[in-house]
Amino acid sequence: MTENQKIQASNIPTIGDRQIELLEKLCNASAVSGDEQEVRQIVLEEIKPFADEIKVDALGNVLATKFGRGENRVRVMLAAHMDEIGFMIVKKHDDKLFQFERIGGIDERQLPGKAVLVGREHLPGVIGAKPIHMTTADERKNKIPVDALRIDLGPEIGEKVKPGDRATFATRFKRFGPSIQAKALDDRFGVAILIELLKHASENIDLLAAFTVQEEVGLRGARVVAYRFDPDMAIAVDSTPAYDLPHWDDEDQNVQYNTRLDAGPAIYVMDRATIADRRLVTLFSDAAQQEDIPYQFRQPGGGGTDAGVIHKTRAGIPSISVSVPSRYAHSAIGLARVDDWANTLRLLDAALVRVTPDLLAGERRG
Amino acid sequence: MIDLSEFLKKMLTAPGLSGYESPIREILQEAWAPLTDGLSVSKIGSLHGLKRGQGDTPRRKVMISAHMDAIGMMVTHIQDSFIRITEIGGIDHRILPGQPVIVHGREELPGVVVQPPGHLLPESVGDGPVEMKYLLVDVGLGPDELAKKVRVGDIVSYAQMPLELTGEALAGHTLDNRVSVAATTLCLEALQNRVHDWDVWAVASAQEEETLGGAFTSPFDIQPDIAIVIDVCFAKGPGASDWQSLPFGEGVGLGYGPNIHPALYDAFEKKAKELEIPYHRDLMPKMSGTDAMAVQIVAEGIPCAVIGIPLRYMHTPVETVSLKDIRRAGRLMAEFIADLKPDALDHINWEE
Repeated sequence: MTENQKIQASNIPTIGDRQIELLEKLCNASAVSGDEQEVRQIVLEEIKPFADEIKVDALGNVLATKFGRGENRVRVMLAAHMDEIGFMIVKKHDDKLFQFERIGGIDERQLPGKAVLVGREHLPGVIGAKPIHMTTADERKNKIPVDALRIDLGPEIGEKVKPGDRATFATRFKRFGPSIQAKALDDRFGVAILIELLKHASENIDLLAAFTVQEEVGLRGARVVAYRFDPDMAIAVDSTPAYDLPHWDDEDQNVQYNTRLDAGPAIYVMDRATIADRRLVTLFSDAAQQEDIPYQFRQPGGGGTDAGVIHKTRAGIPSISVSVPSRYAHSAIGLARVDDWANTLRLLDAALVRVTPDLLAGERRG
Repeated sequence: MIDLSEFLKKMLTAPGLSGYESPIREILQEAWAPLTDGLSVSKIGSLHGLKRGQGDTPRRKVMISAHMDAIGMMVTHIQDSFIRITEIGGIDHRILPGQPVIVHGREELPGVVVQPPGHLLPESVGDGPVEMKYLLVDVGLGPDELAKKVRVGDIVSYAQMPLELTGEALAGHTLDNRVSVAATTLCLEALQNRVHDWDVWAVASAQEEETLGGAFTSPFDIQPDIAIVIDVCFAKGPGASDWQSLPFGEGVGLGYGPNIHPALYDAFEKKAKELEIPYHRDLMPKMSGTDAMAVQIVAEGIPCAVIGIPLRYMHTPVETVSLKDIRRAGRLMAEFIADLKPDALDHINWEE
């Protein structure tokens, strides 16, 4: 696109009460990898009036298409995963307490003393811990092992819970000041953003929205969606950790922050699984600068998104990831800024309206 | 009749950390006013409720002591957008990461306890538990707003919402010791329709978790002839299976050990048997870990009984109790008190 071409103004809304209500509903839903039903239902309800085609595939991914208008439309796939980390009940013990396994990367130090919701009925339970009075100072120098922990749903749980049931942290969505505190912001932010983009799709592209499953257990949903959609390019929309905390001695500078809150959407250049197509990095950073949207480059390093499998699907799909920065992913309570979310939505919209066939016409180059 | 579950949940919404009991005390002043003949607040902040007996004056006095204070945390330092904390009462730092809390600054600020990633901690931490001095609290405000709203010394309370589990079990923070305050309230309620000779002094004591300040001072004011100390005790559960723990939801504990007058133990045991209230002897070979440690040695010394309500996961934000045991404790205390004859003290002696 040349500079004198006019960019079509976007009609993407800002984050208002309606968007926050939807995110709240999405975060409070339970959708542990392999059991994404609750979020899938919300997604299907939300997008039905807006998508031209909707399909649920063999793994439970939701594939929604919104066709653009005109000739030579680029087929752009956007992927956000519906699943979250959580637990599966694996055994009922004689004392009416339940043993559980973790699903997805959960630090065992995040488990003791937490409330959980078990099964489709969201039955409340707790993961207790031995009273401090009964511990020794030496004991407290070691982690509480997961196999010593149980989920307790009360003495009359009977047969209401059985092995195989999933559980999530019981955290309820909260707004305070400029922030949101909730579970599963990874990746309900992405899901909420995709829904919004579908509702206000720009017409220069075919928008292929992939609400994927099983990201947290190995990016499994995205692989088959990318195959089926066979897009020209792909964008994984996720939530990435902000480790923008002080160093323990309050003096050393923290130079490994990954991303920072209040600094806007995080554009990926490279993570453990993907080296982003530089043409797409430039698309996003140019769009941000032209629209005056704050943005940051995620510090290159570990981690991965659905892009990790998408970019290697079929003969290769030019891919990038863009994330809302958030703190404390994979724990009971994540924390993020409403403004970072709003700016991620704006940036994605600004980038999408700038997608033309020329963008990917040549060879990949940096 | 109070709705026990609702009353407990209401009490759990009030922080009332040790030394800062006024929020819970105000709830109790409202609840106890119709159940007593008069209320007063001690110099250290304990609530005293007097329900007069019907016996001839001078009447004997029985005191019930249930501590109302809660464990929690306090702000030690503010660093950019983050707060560092220390404990009030005994908290195992291993249960803190990821806990919802409220920072009581210039306004109530909801936040979360944060375990920083390993690269921001001393290498010695490794992937082991993170000590409290390295944990942070994040309330989601930037540095400027935070500096305006929070100061060193502000208190931080648990914010886990109470959960109703199956079998009349309730989970939440600060059930230690609001369950005993609830049992005391049930006792006062039961005594409304009973004739009792002795004066009854209900005490919601302050500062048990740190200094036993309430338990040392209220008996000095009141000068009771005997004292019933009610607190939580350990229920069997994960990590708590030995002799120190009682079955969950299957009866109250009757404390047995040096803090407890054996004649009072015997009297409570007899009353429990007579009423067919399930109970367990709760062995306290040395100190009871309750207000009785102080009450027993106030002034010339006071005979104490210790009633325990079995609680799982003590001092975590998901402490779990059976409402049945709270009702049992309330009823046992009321029946014991109603049965106290003017000369009952003659039988609280050392004539084994």
